[in-house]
Amino acid sequence: MAQLFPRGSNAFARISIVVVLVVVGTGLTILLNTNRLHYTTDVQVAKKQPVPFSHKHHVTGVGLDCRYCHTSVEESSFANIPPVETCMTCHSQIWTESPLLEPIRESYRTGNPIEWVRVHDLPDFVYFNHSIHVHKGIGCQTCHGQVDQMPLMWKVNTLNMEWCLECHREPEKYVRPREEVFNMAWKPMDERGHAVSQALLGAQLIQDYDINPSTDCSTCHR
Amino acid sequence: MGSPAPIKDPTMPAPVLGPGQTYTTVTQKLSAIITSRTPLGWIAAMLIAGAILQLLMLSATWLLIKGTGIWGLNIPVGWGWAIINFVWWIGIGHAGTLISAILLLMRQQWRNSINRFAEAMTIFAVMCAGMFPLLHTGRPWVAAYWLLPYPNTMSVWPQFRSPLIWDVFAVGTYFTVSLIFWYLGLIPDFATLRDKAKHKISQIIYGVLSMGWRGSAKHWFNYEMAALLLAGVSTPLVLSVHSIVSLDFSVGLIPGWHATIFPPYFVAGAVYAGFAMVLTLGLPIRYFYGLHDYITDRHLNNMGKVMLATGLIVAYGYAMEQFFAWYSASPYEGYMMQNRTFGPYSGTYWSLILCNVAIPQLLWIKQVRLSPSGLFIISMFINVGMWLERFIIVVTSLHRDFMPSSWDMYHSTPWDWGLYAGTIGFFLFMMILFIRVMPVINIFEIRQLVANKSKHAETASADD
Ligand code: HEC
Ligand code: HEC
Ligand code: HEC
Ligand code: HEC
Ligand code: HEC
Repeated sequence: MAQLFPRGSNAFARISIVVVLVVVGTGLTILLNTNRLHYTTDVQVAKKQPVPFSHKHHVTGVGLDCRYCHTSVEESSFANIPPVETCMTCHSQIWTESPLLEPIRESYRTGNPIEWVRVHDLPDFVYFNHSIHVHKGIGCQTCHGQVDQMPLMWKVNTLNMEWCLECHREPEKYVRPREEVFNMAWKPMDERGHAVSQALLGAQLIQDYDINPSTDCSTCHR
Repeated sequence: MGSPAPIKDPTMPAPVLGPGQTYTTVTQKLSAIITSRTPLGWIAAMLIAGAILQLLMLSATWLLIKGTGIWGLNIPVGWGWAIINFVWWIGIGHAGTLISAILLLMRQQWRNSINRFAEAMTIFAVMCAGMFPLLHTGRPWVAAYWLLPYPNTMSVWPQFRSPLIWDVFAVGTYFTVSLIFWYLGLIPDFATLRDKAKHKISQIIYGVLSMGWRGSAKHWFNYEMAALLLAGVSTPLVLSVHSIVSLDFSVGLIPGWHATIFPPYFVAGAVYAGFAMVLTLGLPIRYFYGLHDYITDRHLNNMGKVMLATGLIVAYGYAMEQFFAWYSASPYEGYMMQNRTFGPYSGTYWSLILCNVAIPQLLWIKQVRLSPSGLFIISMFINVGMWLERFIIVVTSLHRDFMPSSWDMYHSTPWDWGLYAGTIGFFLFMMILFIRVMPVINIFEIRQLVANKSKHAETASADD
């Protein structure tokens, strides 16, 4: 009987072992990391909004405090997205002709709110609360990044559960003095403005504020 | 019966091979099952099994759309048919491993003609078993992070102290090792089929599957070594898998799940169920393809004995459960047993005793062990009985536990039936397909039997 397979088949069979290992390895690596990829988490992806509101203009340029618009961030779970009345405190006076602001003016006239596109959106089975984080000295910037530099809003963190837990397990790496929570450019320093290590400062603040985040499932999944 | 050869010497066991077998007849007969024209009966069987298989598709799809609410499980019986069927199927797989591993190590020659399809059965049964926990999650596509420990984005790991995660490893290992063992044994036979095949495409397919097997002495040496090692690896699996399945129950707090006999009693039950299923499938195959020379009276007799022995262990397990309920002096255990024996499910309990304890006692009679129809009927009873056993364990313990205010009855729904019947369809479908494309009986091991026999014959005639 003639040979069924050409001579090269043996080499092919051997190589296929390696190929299978590589393909399966790569496939698994990708599969296991899907929830961490930019593609799925939308980290660093600026969302298109009905009005191209720029935090960079309004925070760095105009010098507004976060609480001017996100009024309830200190008392409530929800930070609040400002109503158009807040915008109109200024935009009824300045840039009144700007075509970009037309949706704001229209919403002001008709009373139909603007439909902002959510950038940070936890699944409904997760409970999150801003006030506790603000009160225990977690800066907006720790979770939301340098908002004052963002022409359009984007996420800098995945909001995956591992991300929440990373801090709940080691909050000393992230805490800052309460009065610095809204400071976008804060660096670890003592009262006199000298740079200190986060490790020292964090350990101190943990004691001062009595910080002890829970990692029980029912903290976030109620 | 195909081998009417009377047993002459009462001290010698009946032969494991019919008379007049040579290398050629063995190879011809066994590879003809695959290379001959497709028999009509095969097509009919395939159509029936395929139709039942559609039930699986339907029930699983509807389950994924609607969620586990379509099943009868609810508080207090949160572990309904999904667990019952899982345990039932896993148990059925056990005969394959026992035959291929333990009987190989013990050099039991009669294993040779039944090991191949018993191993195939193991693999398909474990597949059926695996479907139930996966579907029970309701969302099988996220089940990976509930079942497997991997660095996920929730930075949580499965609970390593829970037997449910041990189960994942036990069943996973069992499946992998069984698959490799089965495949290894098939390699020399694939080579035979490659050489027998007439069509170019089948030559290539069997050629690839046989991985370049040429039957050289070196090949055989490696093969024997690998088979022995795998047999060594699989042997503990025969005991570990069902022990761990039993721990799923024993680690819980529910009355009726604590009896210390659980692991061995489950293992014996598994082997019992496994042999029953080997007979349920083996007897029709033997009849249809006329394999009486390979699956001889000796095989039937031995399998009957194994069933009798494991059945007695299982019966002992039932007795010990009763004893334990009394001896524990716990009112909950006591009530559970009273409820199991005389409560609303007593009918099921007594049918279980009938199927698993009473009827199999007929196996004491040699004529019954040698009669294919008798064995077939008894094995059917055992298949049903083993299912009832799991039903009794799961349902009677859960439906009335510590708090009378939460007591309730368990009612299965058509979807429970659909999924269960569907997996049976899947199992039959795979088995029937298997018969047609792979040798049901190990060709080369039977040839070895022929070789041994002729060697004995030679020495015998030399002695004369
Ligand atoms: C002038 C009002 C205003 C001020 C001041 C302001 N924001 Fe906003 N913020 C908005 C509006 C309007 C949106 C919704 C549009 C968007 O997402 O870009 C928003 C969105 C956000 C979001 C994203 C919400 C989502 O959809 O997930 C974050 C985070 C945020 N702001 C943080 C801050 C921080 C931190 C500061 C202070 C440094 C700040 N904002 C100051 C008006 C303001
Ligand atoms: C404290 C006053 C103030 C408030 C409140 C305010 N803005 Fe402004 N906004 C400004 C100023 C000043 C500019 C011009 C900044 C620049 O170009 O440097 C501006 C510019 C803009 C522009 C760019 C207009 C263009 O044509 O380039 C948009 C869009 C805008 N604001 C939207 C909003 C929205 C939406 C809100 C409400 C959530 C808001 N602003 C609230 C002061 C304000
Ligand atoms: C511990 C991390 C964390 C800190 C600190 C934090 N945020 Fe958030 N923020 C989130 C998360 C998570 C969401 C998404 C909440 C959701 O989807 O329910 C969010 C949502 C928002 C939103 C959208 C509206 C809402 O509440 O869902 C705004 C606006 C916002 N944050 C502003 C702020 C401001 C301003 C600060 C500083 C005072 C701040 N955040 C501090 C994590 C944080
Ligand atoms: C950078 C640090 C940090 C991150 C990130 C973080 N947290 Fe927190 N969280 C804290 C601290 C600090 C506390 C306060 C603990 C205490 O009460 O002492 C807290 C408290 C909480 C509480 C209140 C607990 C209670 O006792 O009621 C909830 C809920 C919570 N976090 C949810 C989340 C969720 C959900 C996320 C992720 C989306 C998250 N946190 C991310 C630091 C963080
Ligand atoms: C600090 C807050 C926090 C705690 C504590 C926490 N989780 Fe989560 N969990 C989250 C967040 C946020 C998400 C959503 C992540 C996402 O969007 O992918 C999540 C998602 C999940 C999911 C994924 C659900 C799904 O199917 O997508 C599971 C499962 C889960 N958590 C289980 C747990 C368990 C178990 C515990 C306790 C060991 C726990 N979580 C504790 C914040 C938390």
